[in-house]
Amino acid sequence: MTAEPRPVDRRFWTPGVWVLTALVSAAAVTLIIRFGFGLGTVTNLDNAHPWGIWIGVDVAAGVALAAGGFTTAFLGHILGRRHYQPVTRPALLTAALGYTMVAFAVFVDLGRSWAIWKFLVFQNHRSVLFEVGICVMTYLLVLWIELVPAVARRLGRRVRLLGWLDLGVRKTMGVFIILGVVLSCCHQSSLGSLMVIAPTKLHPLWYTPWLPLHFLLSAIAVGFPMVIVETGLATRSLRLDSEMPVLVPMSRLAAAALGVALAVRLGDFVARRSYLFIDGSGASISLLVELALGGVLPLILLVIPAVRRSRGGLFLAAALVVLGVLMNRVNVFAVALRPPFAEHAYVPAVGELIITAGSVAALLLLYRAAVTYLPILSARKLEEVH
Amino acid sequence: MSTSRRRFLQLATTVAGASTLPTSVHAWESRAPDNPFACLVDLTRCIGCRKCEEACNRVNHLPGPTQSFDDLRVFEAERRPNTTAYTVVNRYTASALSAGRRPQATYVKIQCMHCQDPACASACPTGAMSKQANGAVTYDVDRCIGCRYCLIACPFQIPAYEYERALAPRVRKCTFCFERLDEGKLPACAAACPTDAIVFGRRRALLAEARRRIRERPARYVNHVYGEHEVGGTCWLYLSGAPFPQLAFPDLPLQATPGTTESIQHALFHNLWSPAALFALLAAVMAVTRRTGDERSDTEGSAP
Repeated sequence: MTAEPRPVDRRFWTPGVWVLTALVSAAAVTLIIRFGFGLGTVTNLDNAHPWGIWIGVDVAAGVALAAGGFTTAFLGHILGRRHYQPVTRPALLTAALGYTMVAFAVFVDLGRSWAIWKFLVFQNHRSVLFEVGICVMTYLLVLWIELVPAVARRLGRRVRLLGWLDLGVRKTMGVFIILGVVLSCCHQSSLGSLMVIAPTKLHPLWYTPWLPLHFLLSAIAVGFPMVIVETGLATRSLRLDSEMPVLVPMSRLAAAALGVALAVRLGDFVARRSYLFIDGSGASISLLVELALGGVLPLILLVIPAVRRSRGGLFLAAALVVLGVLMNRVNVFAVALRPPFAEHAYVPAVGELIITAGSVAALLLLYRAAVTYLPILSARKLEEVH
Repeated sequence: MSTSRRRFLQLATTVAGASTLPTSVHAWESRAPDNPFACLVDLTRCIGCRKCEEACNRVNHLPGPTQSFDDLRVFEAERRPNTTAYTVVNRYTASALSAGRRPQATYVKIQCMHCQDPACASACPTGAMSKQANGAVTYDVDRCIGCRYCLIACPFQIPAYEYERALAPRVRKCTFCFERLDEGKLPACAAACPTDAIVFGRRRALLAEARRRIRERPARYVNHVYGEHEVGGTCWLYLSGAPFPQLAFPDLPLQATPGTTESIQHALFHNLWSPAALFALLAAVMAVTRRTGDERSDTEGSAP
């Protein structure tokens, strides 16, 4: 149980890895077209719908689903629950890779990607997007610093600089852990403030000035479920022990966090009488799926002890929470946007889908490569258990 | 070890103390310029000649139109300003407005409204959009990174983006002929208007003029100056004989659009008080749990 993290040492090139590589290659070709001929050739974005799934999925949902990093860091290292530390390092790895993908998606989505440095020079402190950007940039740096010990364990002796860096980081790690949690709270909430600037364009099913609070609470609520899903996928795919002794107690915390997020959300929903806008429209259905399938149902599942103790049941409940938060972010950034003069609804183009799929595939590939070669996972191999 | 922890805790509390806690949540303050330049569009005078579109095209060196400026067939479809036309005129016919009256067309010129407290300028992370003292909301391409948050923020859906340009796409919108104003000239569209449907002047004087016209001919106008109060006020003001919602004017709240987000940001991040307080709180918790927790060696325990 308390085994040290170590490289997994399984074969890297499996059929699944080849499929992921193919997806990344398709995205690479699409990227060449995007940068060669402009956003218009590969996206369905227009003046009425300036943001699509790259912002809704890759950026907004990506940031939310990387919340496992700061929630487990808080639990394992600030509250000092060492019991949870076996999943902290993989969660930080996922967060670091996730935020790297977020930064990449922003780079691809920006019309003037090469001018991204101007963001640091011309600062508009009134802009919510400026605050989100600065927090995400800093947090990305903090995440990679937090991972220095893992990389240094493997390469520290060969790369001198890494060894020295490791020494410095270990002494100051507490500061970085806390900074990571603070920065996460700042930008997870501010991501919700982004759309508050367009009250007349956002569908009343989602518009509320409390969006930043909902975004923060749902990010905290999805942190542990995301760790449960990741661990489930990784241990199954790499044929490792299930880590259930860590995940089961974590699932009770997940239920509590989800309960709080859902209660605040529904309370606001009822207080604002947003339910009056529920009709048969696609937006209403999207909202009901998000709230019922991705909120209420997993909460019910998570409070049942038998579900929490079963590997499949816990995975399903956690996956539903992940789906709910993913849908929420897509809903707020894409479905809820009601421009006054849209000629047609926004449907993502094939090029947008390919790049989003390629980004997710790249994330999975990098994760697999990292756990194969670096000391990230602590779970024992199945053949060692029996 | 415990001395260093105590020092850490001390430092953390000092950081929190030094940051100013908000003693009161300040009401949001408008940054609107006092009595800027403005334009009053009287839709009852507009004859749909599109001379304004032509003048705009000329002074902004925009590409030639696909349909000539005296081709009336353009009115068959509702148009929006785009990257090659910063202003367009649409026609709304009376049959669509109200049954029973003599069929009559209302022509509506649209362009950037030059909001007094523009949402685009508040949204832009690099300050590429800004409100000038003379009233114009201008775009500085040298600051733009192409995030298109201004397009999201604009309640009138005005900014247009050059999606077809590969490397250096720009946001395009009416400039209020900013440079011409500086030279003491009128905006090109206002100068070109043959029927004085567009009157240029100071905002307060134009509002008084609009009120005077409504007062003197109440049957001619609806009793509403669009832009006087919408989203906190705009520099383009409209008078109309037909109700504004029937002419595709968005029905907007009277509060300035950036008020809510700027209030939230100010309340949470003024002098970074909340991040500093959270940092101090977490540091205190960490110091306590490290003292009481089941400790392993410090170097090992602190590495995630």
